[in-house]
Amino acid sequence: MEIKELVPQKLKQQFNETDFEISEYLDELTIKLPKEKIVKVCEFLKKDSELEFLLCQDITAIDWATRKNRFTVVYHIYSFKNNFRLRLKADVDESDCRIDTVSSVWKGANWQERETYDMYGIKFNNHPDLRRMYMPEDFEYHPLRKDFPLMGIPESIPLPKK
Amino acid sequence: MNGDLKDVHPKIIQALLDADSNITVEDALENEMVLNMGPQHPATHGVLRLVLRLDGETIVACVPELGYLHRGYEKLAENMTYYEYIPHTDRLDYISPMANNVAWVLAVEKLAGIEAPPRAQYIRMMIAELARITSHLVAVGSFAMDVGAMTVFLWTLREREKVMDIWDILCGARFTNSYTRIGGVANDVPPEAFAGIRLFIDEFDANLTECEKLINTNRIFVERVDGVGVISKEEAIDLGFSGPNIRASGVEYDIRRAQPYLDYDQVDFKIPVYTEGDCLARYFVRVDEMRESANIVRQVLEKMPEGETILNKPKKVLPHKTEVYTKMEELIHDFMIVNFGINPPVGEIYHSIEGSKGELGFYLVSKGEGHPWKCKIRSPSFNNIQSLPKLVVGQMVSDVVAIVGSIDPIMGEADK
Repeated sequence: MEIKELVPQKLKQQFNETDFEISEYLDELTIKLPKEKIVKVCEFLKKDSELEFLLCQDITAIDWATRKNRFTVVYHIYSFKNNFRLRLKADVDESDCRIDTVSSVWKGANWQERETYDMYGIKFNNHPDLRRMYMPEDFEYHPLRKDFPLMGIPESIPLPKK
Repeated sequence: MNGDLKDVHPKIIQALLDADSNITVEDALENEMVLNMGPQHPATHGVLRLVLRLDGETIVACVPELGYLHRGYEKLAENMTYYEYIPHTDRLDYISPMANNVAWVLAVEKLAGIEAPPRAQYIRMMIAELARITSHLVAVGSFAMDVGAMTVFLWTLREREKVMDIWDILCGARFTNSYTRIGGVANDVPPEAFAGIRLFIDEFDANLTECEKLINTNRIFVERVDGVGVISKEEAIDLGFSGPNIRASGVEYDIRRAQPYLDYDQVDFKIPVYTEGDCLARYFVRVDEMRESANIVRQVLEKMPEGETILNKPKKVLPHKTEVYTKMEELIHDFMIVNFGINPPVGEIYHSIEGSKGELGFYLVSKGEGHPWKCKIRSPSFNNIQSLPKLVVGQMVSDVVAIVGSIDPIMGEADK
């Protein structure tokens, strides 16, 4: 069976079938899932002997600005065994801007999640070291949110003391 | 614990204290101290800051701090057209700007559903491989300099200078090239550039051997890097390594082979893999890769097809300037593309190439507008630096310099 059919099928066997929204665009498979399940699904995808998604390539988020679920956290994971890249998505609403961390599954997710937190303000539950990645620690805003102006906010970063 | 801590943020200190530090030092000296290395330090390859916790000379914990070169390129990308962003990709990995240009246009072309003509694809392959050679030359040279072998740096930079001169003939710029265009390349390769590349490739092997002789038999160099900063295969994968670093740990993963883009399936090349996972192995992988890249360039020059170097698709690809000034239709297209962009269909793609430091990917989300709605840069250096705490713990202070050099981070792309 081709890997593109195998992954959704396995997930549907293991978890509740209605949880997953599967789509394909330009030969890239995307699976959308509820955010509560993200750690369990990732663990399954990594540990399953037929899938073995060992490499977490990228974690980021999208700010949809006007949508009900404002943010979508996006994961790109890769399986050496099947030479296949999978995209996982989970919606996060602004009122409850949290999602569980997957850094327990892939260590490399640690900094990717810190960056996402820094840029979008999405908090990762149980993250071992959730600090800002690029911006100063006392910076109040999250720059990649769509309501942050391109020119920045004057005096939001204090000048160094003499 | 002592040391000058007033400039170090309390949260960084906390992270340092919380870090896993399960190493055993015989006869613990009980004089731990915190040492701040960088951001201004000649051996950190840019503005990388490492806060180290030391016991005597042994490193107990390490916390890297990024962001000193953060220019917000992802935010900028959301506010400019796909064409306008090409020069900005030069400033990501500024040691191999050509490879970044190629990565960006390939991602945009995938999103817009177009493909450049064969000659343009081969030119892109050629420049991407030459960029890899320049990048590895700098990496090897500065790595050797970090551990004290000064001459190698001068010799490898001499080689790199030749490629810089070729860039100058090819596109008029030495450093920030911005040579590729969506749907092709800016101009065809002039005959002088071809001649320059041929000459460079013919001489390259001998010149590289010369540089290699300087360090491979240098006992000081070998003993300072052999067995230092070891990372196992499993850990390398877990930490998201890519590029030469993962191949030095015994993982045969190269995107040129795994998911061929351009015409990499048409050329013959080997993937150098070492299993030691230490600094010396990372150095060997880079040297071998340079040879393979030269080999690819040689094949590309042989196979270079004739024809157009830019796609004829007026709604997506900018017309040539001479046509803009003489033809009405082209003027309209030029106006529309410059002012409103190329409007790829609604959708999202992730496209990555094997950049010189590792997997360089772009994740683009389009809402059908001229600007990307979201642009994420998956930069290899970012993930590679993440492994530093793992690599340096238990080593001596002087080894940090060697380990940072062997990882070959470029802060331009790590900080975006």
